[in-house]
Amino acid sequence: MSESAKPHHPSPQGKGEKTHASDFSYVGIDAILEQMRRKAMKQGFELNIMVVGQSGLGKSTLMNTLFKSKVSRKSVQPNPEERIPKTIEIKSISHDIEEKGVRMKLTVIDTPGFGDHINNENCWQPIMKFINDQYEAYLQEEININRKKRIPDSRVHCCIYFIPPTGHCLRPLDVEFMRRLSKVVNIVPVIAKADTLTLEERDFFKQTIREELRANGIDVYPQKEFDEDADDRMINDKIREMIPFAVVGSDQEYQVNGKRILGRKTKWGTIEVENIGHCEFAYLRDLLIRTHMQNIKDITGSIHYETYRVRRLNESNAHFKSQPSDHPAVQPKANGQPEVTPSAPQANGVAAKHEVMSHEM
Amino acid sequence: MGPHYIDLHKTAVQTQQKSLEGYVGFASLPNQVYRKSVKRGFEFTLMVVGESGLGKSTLINSLFLTDLYSLEYPGPSHRIKKTVQVEQSKVLIKEGGVQLLLTIVDTPGFGDAVDNSNCWQPIIDHIDSKFEDYLNSESRVNRRQMPDSRIHCCLYFIAPSGHGLKPLDIEFMKRLHEKVNVIPLIAKADTLTPEECQQFKKQIMREILEHKIKIYEFPETDDEEENKLVKKIKDKLPLAVVGSNTIIEVNSKRVRGRQYPWGVAEVENSDHCDFTILRDMLIRTHMQDLKDVTNNVHYENYRSRKLAAVTYTGPDNNRAAKGPLSTKHDTVEGMSPLAQMEEERRDHVTKMKKMEMEMEQVFEMKVKEKVQKLKDSEAELQRRHEQMKKNLEAQHRELEDKRRVFEDERSNWEANQRLEQQKMEASRTLEKNKKKGKIF
Repeated sequence: MSESAKPHHPSPQGKGEKTHASDFSYVGIDAILEQMRRKAMKQGFELNIMVVGQSGLGKSTLMNTLFKSKVSRKSVQPNPEERIPKTIEIKSISHDIEEKGVRMKLTVIDTPGFGDHINNENCWQPIMKFINDQYEAYLQEEININRKKRIPDSRVHCCIYFIPPTGHCLRPLDVEFMRRLSKVVNIVPVIAKADTLTLEERDFFKQTIREELRANGIDVYPQKEFDEDADDRMINDKIREMIPFAVVGSDQEYQVNGKRILGRKTKWGTIEVENIGHCEFAYLRDLLIRTHMQNIKDITGSIHYETYRVRRLNESNAHFKSQPSDHPAVQPKANGQPEVTPSAPQANGVAAKHEVMSHEM
Repeated sequence: MGPHYIDLHKTAVQTQQKSLEGYVGFASLPNQVYRKSVKRGFEFTLMVVGESGLGKSTLINSLFLTDLYSLEYPGPSHRIKKTVQVEQSKVLIKEGGVQLLLTIVDTPGFGDAVDNSNCWQPIIDHIDSKFEDYLNSESRVNRRQMPDSRIHCCLYFIAPSGHGLKPLDIEFMKRLHEKVNVIPLIAKADTLTPEECQQFKKQIMREILEHKIKIYEFPETDDEEENKLVKKIKDKLPLAVVGSNTIIEVNSKRVRGRQYPWGVAEVENSDHCDFTILRDMLIRTHMQDLKDVTNNVHYENYRSRKLAAVTYTGPDNNRAAKGPLSTKHDTVEGMSPLAQMEEERRDHVTKMKKMEMEMEQVFEMKVKEKVQKLKDSEAELQRRHEQMKKNLEAQHRELEDKRRVFEDERSNWEANQRLEQQKMEASRTLEKNKKKGKIF
């Protein structure tokens, strides 16, 4: 989509060379998009996703379905042990995947043991500590005198929270967790194993969840306050009407109507994972990967990380002289822009974020 | 005593098979029992336990084909509970002239909180209280009406995670398998594909064996046919159920099921789920057996435990248990009452001795304190006394000084006075003399 903004001249002819009289006034500024795209392709991307939820909700399967390869913790373990760990562990698996020349380093962070015990008090603490540790590591790299050109980004960009499909309302554990973590990381709630709900039950459940999120002041991704302009708001409003997405995951293929699709086969029918009529997996995938991936990383970098940084630097202001903050403006640009995100807001998006941040401070 | 007794028994039961010469008529005994039972009606109490949102209310509605929980009387899952509650709902249903008083005990709030430690306690307390009610009514003098509200069966709903039992499931079943007939069910089974379901069931049975949980066992009968059925049921444990009370048209047939975009999951289709097996087992074939096991096994366990804890004074005691003693002796079942009594007496005596010693100690301490206090106050008084004496002496001395000073002054003054007087006298005499002299 962003390619349509390219000039009419094909690249071999060189930018800025005007041959037609009608392109007398063409300068070639928009060629920067192509430059950035090439640079980003060379650098590759990083994405860190955390999955949180009780055991047995299909987290590993969903990860495998999202990236169409065996990226989950269970697929990597040599012999799958199904025991529930005594304390919550944080397991992080990284993969390098490539598609059409674009390389991505995908890290899936799994949290086995969450919500599985009889007493789940404070089970969110190890997770919060992990997220803050990642911010801390990034901060340390950033304030180094001799910095690396490109700081390895291990910050959690997105946390997918799996809600069990009870069909009634959110459990106290869900509310507690999301309330605390929506302040430090982007949370995307999903209804797990949605093939258990009929369409009416699904709508009712989603409505109840949305009301409860609003009542508890939980801001899930996409957050309303970070919408940059009217276009963004329209797109995000449509998404907000649909969250939480009711997803079904599967990594097994079946033949349906002559096509091979991912799905689950039961005695009364086959559930197609990518069929919007069956479940909302396609919407989740589009949100996470095809349209909003860059936005998620930006918000992590410029809002959540900055909040953490401000807090940390204030705590130890004897040590560090607070050198403001042209850093946040640098981050989004360094990550490259060839995504299919609406490119128009990018230019003033950066400035807007800067304003937002200074407003926050 | 053993063998002799058996011999007697044997001789008593030397039954001889005699053939009848005509129709006597006691073959109609079962009919009489049947008629009497039908007149009396039946009672059945069923408890459902599981996290909220597992379809317990829907399953109850489907099982008994009535809307126990409807829009006017919404099920417990629609109301948010803060602590685990135990709720009873009674319904009287009739079918073919037979009455059934059905009591459903629901446990909303189970396993829903963040901290679920001891969430089984209210349930255990409820079961025990029902047993106690029955025990009390059994021991009464007037036993005409004995309402049986004991829990006959507990359906435990397992969430369909596909992996295995959760720690909460294991804890709950371990604590309740000796008090009530536990039948574990896999809830919302339309979430699992057939392979996943098989694996899940195997995993659950493995874990149940591993933790030595005694779930309800279907009894073996003499009938070959029935045994085959029983074996088939046993292979399918735990039963994977789907509940629904909405009627949907499938292939011009009206069935109860759940309508999905990809198909209809039929509740009564044994290919789709084990609901029919559960219903047949629970209502049509094994209801009486459940009641019998509750009466003969679980209730008797409770009763022997309870009674062994109370001092045994006679069979017609109204056995209201003495609180602290019964809890202590919950573990010493099977001891003869006399030995129990002895032990109790010994315990009591040691307790008394301990108390006595303690009291003596306390008394001594108090006495010491008092003595100390008295000594202190005595010393205080002594000190004050000294102080006052000193003050007095000081005052005395002062006064003495003053007095001396005063005496001195007085003597001075007197001396002065005398001098003055003398002077005056002298001057007077001089004057007199002068006068006299002048006359010369």
